[in-house]
Amino acid sequence: MTASVEAPRATEPSRVAVCRLDDLVVERGAAVVVDGRQVALFRLHDDRVRALSNRDPFSGAFVLCRGIVGDRAGRPVVVSPVYKQAFDLETGRCLDDDAVGVPVYETAVDHGVVHVTRPGTRALRP
Amino acid sequence: MPAAGPVVVVGFGMAAHRLVQELVERGVAAGRGVVVVGEEEHPGYDRVHLTRIAGGSDPSSLYLPGGWPDDVEVVLGQRVVAVDLAARTVRTDAGRELGYGDLVLATGSEGFVPPVADLLGDGTVVYRRIDDVLAMRHAAASVPAGAPAVVVGGGLLGLEAAGALTSLGLRVTVVEVADRLLAQQVDVGGGAVLRRLVETGGIRVVTGSGVAQVRREDGALTGVVLADGTELAARVVVVSAGIRPRDDLGRTAGLTMGERGGILVDDACRTSAPRVWAIGECACAAGRCWGLVAPAYDMAVVVADRLAGGTAVFTEADTATELKMLGVPVASAGDVHGTTPGALELVWADHVGGVYKKLVVSEDGRRLLGAVLVGDTESYGLLRALVGGELPGAPEQLVLPAVEGRAGDVALPDAALLCTYNAVSVGAVRDAVRCGDACDVPSAKGCTRAGTTCGSCVPLLKKVVESELVAAGGTVSAALCEHFAYSRQELYSLVRLRGLRTFSQVVGELGTGRGCDICKPLVASLLATLAPAHPLDGENAATQDTNDWALANLQKDGTYSVVPRLPAGEVTPAKLAVIAQVAADFGLYTKITGAQRIDLFGARLDQLPQIWQRLVDAGMESGHAYGKSLRTVKSCVGDTWCRFGVQDSVAMAVRLELRYRGLRSPHKLKSAVSGCARECAEARGKDFGVIATESGWNLYLGGNGGFTPRHADLFATDLTDDELIRCIDRFLMLYIRTADRLQRTSTWIESLEGGMDYLRSVIVDDALGICAELDADMAAHVAKYEDEWAATLADPERLARFVPFLNAPGAHDPNVVRVPERGQSRPIRDAERRPRREVLVAGPALPVGAP
Ligand code: SRM
Ligand SMILES: Cc1cc2nc3c(=O)[nH]c(=O)nc-3n(C[C@H](O)[C@H](O)[C@H](O)COP(=O)(O)OP(=O)(O)OC[C@H]3O[C@@H](n4cnc5c(N)ncnc54)[C@H](O)[C@@H]3O)c2cc1C
Ligand code: SF4
Ligand code: FES
Repeated sequence: MTASVEAPRATEPSRVAVCRLDDLVVERGAAVVVDGRQVALFRLHDDRVRALSNRDPFSGAFVLCRGIVGDRAGRPVVVSPVYKQAFDLETGRCLDDDAVGVPVYETAVDHGVVHVTRPGTRALRP
Repeated sequence: MPAAGPVVVVGFGMAAHRLVQELVERGVAAGRGVVVVGEEEHPGYDRVHLTRIAGGSDPSSLYLPGGWPDDVEVVLGQRVVAVDLAARTVRTDAGRELGYGDLVLATGSEGFVPPVADLLGDGTVVYRRIDDVLAMRHAAASVPAGAPAVVVGGGLLGLEAAGALTSLGLRVTVVEVADRLLAQQVDVGGGAVLRRLVETGGIRVVTGSGVAQVRREDGALTGVVLADGTELAARVVVVSAGIRPRDDLGRTAGLTMGERGGILVDDACRTSAPRVWAIGECACAAGRCWGLVAPAYDMAVVVADRLAGGTAVFTEADTATELKMLGVPVASAGDVHGTTPGALELVWADHVGGVYKKLVVSEDGRRLLGAVLVGDTESYGLLRALVGGELPGAPEQLVLPAVEGRAGDVALPDAALLCTYNAVSVGAVRDAVRCGDACDVPSAKGCTRAGTTCGSCVPLLKKVVESELVAAGGTVSAALCEHFAYSRQELYSLVRLRGLRTFSQVVGELGTGRGCDICKPLVASLLATLAPAHPLDGENAATQDTNDWALANLQKDGTYSVVPRLPAGEVTPAKLAVIAQVAADFGLYTKITGAQRIDLFGARLDQLPQIWQRLVDAGMESGHAYGKSLRTVKSCVGDTWCRFGVQDSVAMAVRLELRYRGLRSPHKLKSAVSGCARECAEARGKDFGVIATESGWNLYLGGNGGFTPRHADLFATDLTDDELIRCIDRFLMLYIRTADRLQRTSTWIESLEGGMDYLRSVIVDDALGICAELDADMAAHVAKYEDEWAATLADPERLARFVPFLNAPGAHDPNVVRVPERGQSRPIRDAERRPRREVLVAGPALPVGAP
């Protein structure tokens, strides 16, 4: 089904190809792994792709990609499937709790392939 | 009325005393004569203040005023042992026979004695009558001062007895099986404050355990052992563990009994036999036995009036109580436990000062339904008067000193805690609305955090936000969410009329924006009824709630639970073996659910298809535990095996479950079928419950467990199989068409003007002329049903959803960790994780940089 993805090597540039745009369902999330980190990808209705950490900070479960995608006051959001807080897909900010946010990853779609910018090398060392 | 011989009254307690007094005053005694037979040596006395004589006063100080004319004969120290309904006579244990024109049973209650061996005997007293108090006085006098005593039961009487024993110089422990003191009168919070106050008075309190054994040496009491093994020394034991109606006379005479005992009477207090009445605690009136003196008096007045030719009726009694327990004032009135549908609770608790106050108000906050006051009952009189009526202003004015009222608003005080979980007050929410930070529930959640945890305060949050908006001159819309200006019902009609098929069409034609977690699953549910399609196909996939999207229930660690359908709870050994093997092979935690089926917990997303493949191969199908749809139709075993069964409840439950499986609805749907009136399937707790009769089925609608339990109401009786199904078909389709989002049938029915009668007119008499449509909708559902799991397994595109990581198909979430427990495994708790940091994925297809 998906294009098989080569594991990134340490010398590789800062961008990783993770899947094809077609692998993503419009307005639904999916998870990928980037440098061992679980990243939630979301394909918006206009085919932009947004990426957040997959970890729901309220429950600690890695499930944000399974939330419902929609908008709140025009801003694209995903709603955590566990306790239903909304997260802004552009900024990672939790719209139900100012004090909470999740990491955002940069994405790009190139010739139908979705790329995620790798987090700093710091993230490689557990 | 024809004077038909004397009025004979059995029992001379408080109700009997009042009755005789009324008969004298109405001239009935003079006309016909009255005979009252009491088993105790004392004439009618004030049982309510029994404890007053514990200190040594003379019992006669409790006697109620008598001095009746000679038309009243009082017989003391004799017990009536037989009633002959045909001959209209009663006989006493002294052999005296009395003919009656009218017979009034006023035999009261007796103390309930828990079935514990050797409990009764020397040193043990059951607390109910004057002689019991005298015996308690005697027992206390025959042990040294400071000797230990145990009171069995922490209700009203138990606390009175504890107070009396303390004043007699004993060291008292109260043992209560329930989780709090005064469980009948106060709620959990009030119980906690009360307990502290009682303990300050030097009385020990043990809750949550009962007396299991009694220790005696040579017959002399030495102690008790509790169910949890605790040993308590005791030289005196006072039993006050509840009361049982003394209905044995009526029972042996063949009178009809109430469901839970008590002699059943109608609203005139008539029993099932002509000219036989029952009043006070021995009667089951207006559906229950009443353990208080006020209703006993009311019944006495009703019978006196009837015997004088009047038409008085007994309906509901005031169960308000105010007591002073061991110096602690306690008062409660009305719906103490907030069981009225939609009831909201407002609580003020000052644990340091020992004051607890709770008001139960109606959904709109305008009517007072009940109150609990512990520690400070000053406002009791006023509150009691208001129960059931409109509140004059903000309720806090009634219980708190000087707080500004807010006319035209939901009458909730700013200080009241709205969200107990996040400690957000009503005032904080109002402030948020006033300064423009909040204009609806989501924005109010965002800026105050109210309602973001367990969600149970969201209905109250909604009300407060809306009323504050109105107060601020804004408007409240019935809008579903920011994307749709329609209610669920309006949206249903519009989608149906316009024949819309996808969420994009619906939001494009009827809404704005891209939808959210409220409107998307709702539209998905409407479309599932109006245009059935697989939930994972096309756009459907994006609109489903997480659970529907995975066709499984998400658990706290991100894994899922699996519930195969077991129609009617029936399962073959072969299927059971498959379930067992699947659970073992995938390491799933296995548990029987509360609804007669089996739940397998802890499946990873990628394991779901493999698990389901095996279940489907073995002939099982989705149980829709994840959907707002039919869950189970529970059943009892029915007439196939059970000696009391009158119909085949299992077969009917299977038929219903197979008919309605997969039906998407505003909220989940539950059902049950019982094979006879003993009701072992608990059908009356279900949205639609069916109970077998000799000649067919009785249908009950609108039952609910959950947050606000409600018994289902009788809709129709003695239906044939087909009639039953037709009624349920229409009921369900009407509900699906007109209910609000997340509104169970119980609250839906209560919101219908005309309630059950209205439903009958629509479903049975076709008053709206829509029955044909409803029938057709249901027929379409039945015809189009397919098992979602079998259909998913058959389609590679659908299966593609069950891959945990698109770029690492073999990897899985390393943060899911299991710990063994009781022979199975459970998710690791946070505290058990050693380094508290994210574990990186190191799946086979994705080697991570070297450590
Ligand atoms: C598994 C089970 C508990 C168990 O271990 O026994 C259960 C588990 C859950 N119940 Fe339940 N309920 C279970 C029987 C019940 C019952 C008893 C019954 O059905 O006989 C009730 C009360 C009866 C009723 O609904 O009227 C019940 C009343 C609730 C409620 C309150 C509903 C209400 O009307 O107030 C919720 C919350 C909700 O739905 O909003 C709830 C919600 C839940 C959720 C979905 C909570 C959640 O979001 O995670 C749980 C998910 C289970 C899962 O992952 O599989 N569960 N739940 C039971 C599954 C029964 C089954 O075979 O399908
Ligand atoms: C310690 C204590 C405190 C209480 N405090 C309160 C309170 O604060 N508020 C409140 O509302 N209620 C209170 N109650 C309850 C109240 O006393 C009863 O609700 C009330 O007495 C009921 O009246 P009754 O006539 O139905 O029954 P009872 O007063 O119990 O009278 C029944 C009488 O019938 C006699 N009898 C039974 N069978 C026969 C027979 N076969 N032949 C002849 N005689 C028979 C019994 O011996 C008894 O004397 C209290 C009760 C007790 C024990
Ligand atoms: S009662 Fe139901 S919702 Fe609450 S913990 Fe148990 S299963 Fe979960
Ligand atoms: S009480 Fe407010 S979220 Fe549960």
